[in-house]
Amino acid sequence: MSATDTAKRAERRLGWALCAPAALVMVAVTGWPILYAVWLSFQRYDLKYPDQREFVGLDNYLTVLGNQYWWTAFGATVLITVVQLVIEFVLGMALALIMHRALIGRGLVRTVSLIPYGIVTVVAAFSWRYAWTPDTGYLANLFSDGAPLTERASSLAIIIVAEVWKTTPFMALLLMTGLALVSEDLLEAAQIDGASKWQRFTKVMLPVMKPAILVALLFRTLDAFRVFDNIVVLTEGAQDTSSVSVLAYNNLIKGLNLGIGSTMSVLIFLAVALIAFLFVKLFGTAAPGADDDGRR
Amino acid sequence: MRVRERDRAAVRRAVALGLAVAAAATVTACAPPQSANTVNLYYAPEENLQTVVDKCNDEAQGKFKIVYHKLPRDADGQREQLVRRLAAQDDGMDVLGLDTTWTAEFARAGWVREWTGEDRQQAEAGTLSGPLESARYGGKLFGAPKNTNVQLLWYRSDVVRTPPRTWDDMIEQARRLKAEGRPATVLIPGAQFEGYVVQYNTLLASAGGKLISDDGTRAVVDEGAVRALEQLKALADSGLTSPSMSNAQEDDIRLEFQQGDAAFQLNWPFVYPSMQEDAPEIARNVHWARYPTSDPNRPSKVTIGGFNLAVSAYSPRPAASFDAALCLRSAENQRFSAVKDGLPPTIESVYAAPEMAAEYPMRDTILEELRDPAIRPITPAYQNVSTVLSKLLSPASAIDPPRTAERMRTEVQNALDSQGVMP
Repeated sequence: MSATDTAKRAERRLGWALCAPAALVMVAVTGWPILYAVWLSFQRYDLKYPDQREFVGLDNYLTVLGNQYWWTAFGATVLITVVQLVIEFVLGMALALIMHRALIGRGLVRTVSLIPYGIVTVVAAFSWRYAWTPDTGYLANLFSDGAPLTERASSLAIIIVAEVWKTTPFMALLLMTGLALVSEDLLEAAQIDGASKWQRFTKVMLPVMKPAILVALLFRTLDAFRVFDNIVVLTEGAQDTSSVSVLAYNNLIKGLNLGIGSTMSVLIFLAVALIAFLFVKLFGTAAPGADDDGRR
Repeated sequence: MRVRERDRAAVRRAVALGLAVAAAATVTACAPPQSANTVNLYYAPEENLQTVVDKCNDEAQGKFKIVYHKLPRDADGQREQLVRRLAAQDDGMDVLGLDTTWTAEFARAGWVREWTGEDRQQAEAGTLSGPLESARYGGKLFGAPKNTNVQLLWYRSDVVRTPPRTWDDMIEQARRLKAEGRPATVLIPGAQFEGYVVQYNTLLASAGGKLISDDGTRAVVDEGAVRALEQLKALADSGLTSPSMSNAQEDDIRLEFQQGDAAFQLNWPFVYPSMQEDAPEIARNVHWARYPTSDPNRPSKVTIGGFNLAVSAYSPRPAASFDAALCLRSAENQRFSAVKDGLPPTIESVYAAPEMAAEYPMRDTILEELRDPAIRPITPAYQNVSTVLSKLLSPASAIDPPRTAERMRTEVQNALDSQGVMP
């Protein structure tokens, strides 16, 4: 073993020692609540009846998974997530291209486009709600003389619009970092080879941007799947617009049913983990930190 | 170089000052000024309650000193804060303002103390039986009713000649008004929330129906419950409601009424003072009547709301807390709150006080309703039951009476057993 090897190893040990406290705190702060939620999900535990706490095995999971409210909420969540993501990706990409190519006032354009993302969701949601309420709002009477927030389809559409409005800038920002990876040389070479604008976009830019796209889509999917505040403010989950997060909140915080509520939290956690896993599998080779064979 | 260093020192000072301010703020936020006899009152925001608190503190002459902490404005937010802290056995709360529907829940969970002996006698003396019943659980008293509340039918006397006595009559009158092209809308809070369940409970009780057995353990959902469903459905299908009915809460319909297109509004008395201020020309022609009944053969039974004062099980100063609560709800202070904040008193004799006539003109109708009120089912699981009900009732146009009643039976039973999923 050479001297440099020993030195390297000592340095690595020091590195571990230095970050160990932070790592331990992280595990305690994030790991413990998750484990506790799993533990609670195997119990009948209602804060109102503290003396009736007991271990029930998988009963809570059967209750939740056999319940139509859960599946309605799950369907609504998936719908909101997917539709929102598609719209956001297209808009975000367009916005990113504009911001990337902006010649004058580039900084200003970028800052301005980020304003919706900077506004507190609840505040924005309230303004959406008033806008869509007949009499007080300017949008409600635009399409029909009904009240769009009292019907399921239009309520879901409004929730999606509110979400898209808020988070497209974030998507655009992430995609813009990806655009920065595309070198002018590559584009010029493609142009000389006779590639059309569209071909240059799909065959050159998109593949190079893949890691950035993965990050953008993954982050937004995970975020979108946990949608909560817009729904609570706009409809309070009426007309079957609850997301799984709203449902979990209702059962846990409002209903004080720690068993059922924790079961839902665990299921949401599993769904989110599954989404992340699928994304990384699907986009495997492009995952940040992956090597050329697509292995981590 | 010198300049830079001075800058850095300034930055350091600023940071240190900021931290100190932040620390001070945290300390004051977490620890209210404590002394041996401080009673921390956690209560919903009520405009003139601080005056009542000050009066009590003066009269107590050092026996206790109430500090009023405002809970969030909405009922769910209030309950959440209380529940969260009580579940953690927080001993920083002494007197709690409980909505009438929470009393059973808090009592069952062991979060509030029973009222006994002299304190109990004082809380019960002269108090209306309806509000008192809402403060009891399992035959014991857990709260002293501070104020009650009951809904009235508000109508435009310039378009409605005689106020309708029954629900069907109200719809009929509105239909005629609509045909004449006059203000005709019937406003009712129909959003998926507790206030809508209150409306349903009133219709149900007026029809002589029952939702949950008296011991609070079984879902009954009898014929009266179905009848009430039919009536809600009839209103929703009549085309006489506001288009945003299924998204409207009490304050939304108050605002809508003030716009002038409605003939009827079913709401709490708080709308009266607000109308005087916001829409005086409409307010001039607004009258009130007893809430319309479901069954022409008997008067309506209207659901009561209101607040009870309870003493936290974790309060280190129970004796002072009971005293303080009794002072806050004394006849004198209830009269003050009725005149200043529009809150219906729970002590019957207060209604006869001379100032009430001028400031509280609808007191006789309120008292009439309060003498034979409807009470929401008394069960620790009320919150769960209510959430399930509001879901099944909303939107009113989707109610299918026999089928909805069948679903109520199973889902309410699940809620009572804390086994179902809340929507």
